[in-house]
This record gives sequence, C-alpha cells and structure tokens, in this order.
Amino acid sequence: MMAFRIQIFAVLGSLAIAAVIFELIRKRKVLEKYSLLWFASAIILIVLSVWRDLLEKVAAVLGVYYAPSALFIIAAFCAMVMFLHLTVVISQLTEQNKTLVQEVGLLRDMVQQLEKKNKNE
Amino acid sequence: MTCKRRNTSFCMTDIEGCEGRLNPQSKILVIIPAYNEAENIGSVVDEIKSTALPLDILVIDDGSLDRTTEVAQAHGARVVRLPINLGIGGAVQTGFKFARDNGYEVAIQIDGDGQHIPSELPILLDVLNRNEADLCIGSRYIGERHYRTPFARRLGMIVFTAVNSLLIGQRVTDNTSGFRAYNRRAIEFLSRYYPTDYPEPEVVVILGRTGFRIQERAVKMRPRHSGESSIGTWGAIYYMIKVLLAITVDVFKVYRQVGAQA
Repeated sequence: MMAFRIQIFAVLGSLAIAAVIFELIRKRKVLEKYSLLWFASAIILIVLSVWRDLLEKVAAVLGVYYAPSALFIIAAFCAMVMFLHLTVVISQLTEQNKTLVQEVGLLRDMVQQLEKKNKNE
Repeated sequence: MTCKRRNTSFCMTDIEGCEGRLNPQSKILVIIPAYNEAENIGSVVDEIKSTALPLDILVIDDGSLDRTTEVAQAHGARVVRLPINLGIGGAVQTGFKFARDNGYEVAIQIDGDGQHIPSELPILLDVLNRNEADLCIGSRYIGERHYRTPFARRLGMIVFTAVNSLLIGQRVTDNTSGFRAYNRRAIEFLSRYYPTDYPEPEVVVILGRTGFRIQERAVKMRPRHSGESSIGTWGAIYYMIKVLLAITVDVFKVYRQVGAQA
C-alpha cells in the first residue's frame, strides 16, 4: 500500500512540474528551448512512477533495494543535468554580454568622433 | 586601408573621410585600462605624450564611477567608455578590438595607475620593430630589482614562472606584468581570444602555446600614486588558484589561428 501511495505522489508531482512549465511557456516567461530538459525530466519521472515493473528493473540495475528511492536518485540526476545546462547558458550569456558592452563602448566612441567632425564642418 | 572588422556591417574606415586613427602616421596604439583612476589617469596620459613617440592613446574607462573619462579626455586621450564594468580582461580586449578595427600595427598595454614608466616604451617597441617577438613583456624581475614585492605576490610569481615555463618551454620572469607590447598578429588573435578575470599570466600561456614568440625586457616600476591595488593578500591567493585553474584548462582549449577562419 505504501508503494502505491508514493506512486501517486510521484505522478502528481511530476504532472505538477510539467503543468507549471507549460504555463510559464504559455505566458512567455520561459523559452521553449530552455523548457525541453524540464519536460524530459517530468516525462521520465511520470513513466517510472506509473510503470512499476520498469522502476523495479531500473532499481535492480542501480543496486537499489527499495524501488521508489531509485526515483529520488533519478530525479536528483535530472536536477544535476539541468543545473549544468543552466551554467552553460549563463556562461554563454556572460560572453555575449561582454561582447555587447565592448561594442557599445566602441560605437559610442565612433558616434562622438562623428559628432565632433560634423561640428567642425 | 582595408577594414579588418568582422561580424559588423561598418567601421570607422568605411565612413568617407573619417579616419579611425587620430594621427594617420601613427601605427602604435597605447591601451590604458582604467577603473576609477581619475586621480592618476591625467598624469599617465601626459607622461605618455611627453615621450613624443608617434602613438595614439586610448583609455578604456571600464565603467568607472568617478570622472576618469572626463579627465582622460581633457588631457587629450581618446576614450572608450564601457557602460558596464567588465574587469581588466574585457577592458583590454576592447582596446585590441579598437586596434584591429583601426589598422594599428602595434598595441601597447600600460596600467592606468602610473606604475609603469612611459619613457621605457622604446625598449619594448624596439623588440617588435626588429621583429624578434610578437609579444614583448616589460619585466620587473630581470636585472636589477628596484621593486619590493609582498610575500604572497612573490610566491605567485615563482609559481607562475614555474608553471608557465613548463607549459610553454620558455622562462618568463614576470607573468603578471601589465606593461606589454603586441604586434598586429597578436592583436588580431587576442581580439578573438582574451581571458577574462586576471588575464596577464593566461595570455602568456595561450600565446606561447599557439606559436607566438615572447620576449622580456627589464623595466622599472614605481609604487602607486594613489588608490588601492586591485589585489590584497587573500585576493592574491584566490587570484593564484583561479589563474592556475584557468591556465590548466587553457592547455586543453582549441584556438583557431587568425586567418584560418572563413
């Protein structure tokens, strides 16, 4: 009975995550390309929560005796992948931001030079 | 003059009659990164001008909160003002991009706090003029030592010298020196790849490992006029660990040589 209950919570939790992400995309607060990993994680967790036999097999492969705790390991792994992805995205943004700041500085200088030149004419 | 600028639709030299360089004769750009250096920058600019070398002076104001830009402009320097503080790496790289876009043959990096002595510029320029190196570093640790270093820094020097010597097969005594001259080839390369936080030792490794020739010449260094050094004792330790990590990773990075791209 215990196992049945955790299954229900796991399914409900995963569905809730998927619903929240879907809503955030709908409101344009999250870009589709950054939501893919979330959906992938939610789907993996839903499948494993519903399909008890598969979870038992995965748990056996991982060497986990109590199958539902394998869910935690998998969920933690999904979270790690997402953190990693976010770090990559932040690094890209930092690099792009640097390039933009440099370009803005150089362009501002160019505008000033042109203004000076126009005044002189 | 051909436009070297990539990825953008125009540059200074495309605009009719608008020469990018302040002085068409000068092929040398002095890059001075400055963050809150209003007190020092004026005298630094004046001192560089007093050398009467054929060079243009470009101050990169790295998002200063004081009047660095105004003071530098009043003393006759050209100023690129960054709207956000990028740190020394991002600031200096802005200077390299400016040099690349405006056709300079040599870029000199010099600190904005007055520690380096502009009258020693010819020592570095000479090495590039004779095409003996792509990068010439002004070193405080060659020949007579006029400069006393705190212990943490001293340790850093020893470590960097050992690590960098190992990685590039050449002994560089002053890896953290911010007084350097680069030729056109190095300018184009560094416009693309320039490390971010504490770039000087990393640049030595990156250039050394990608086939650039590095030389050092003895220079003197003064104590700071005013303001604080960017690094304290704990800062120096953090700095060393961070840079060592970065250098280690640099070894495994891929750098496309300038001219190799489409």
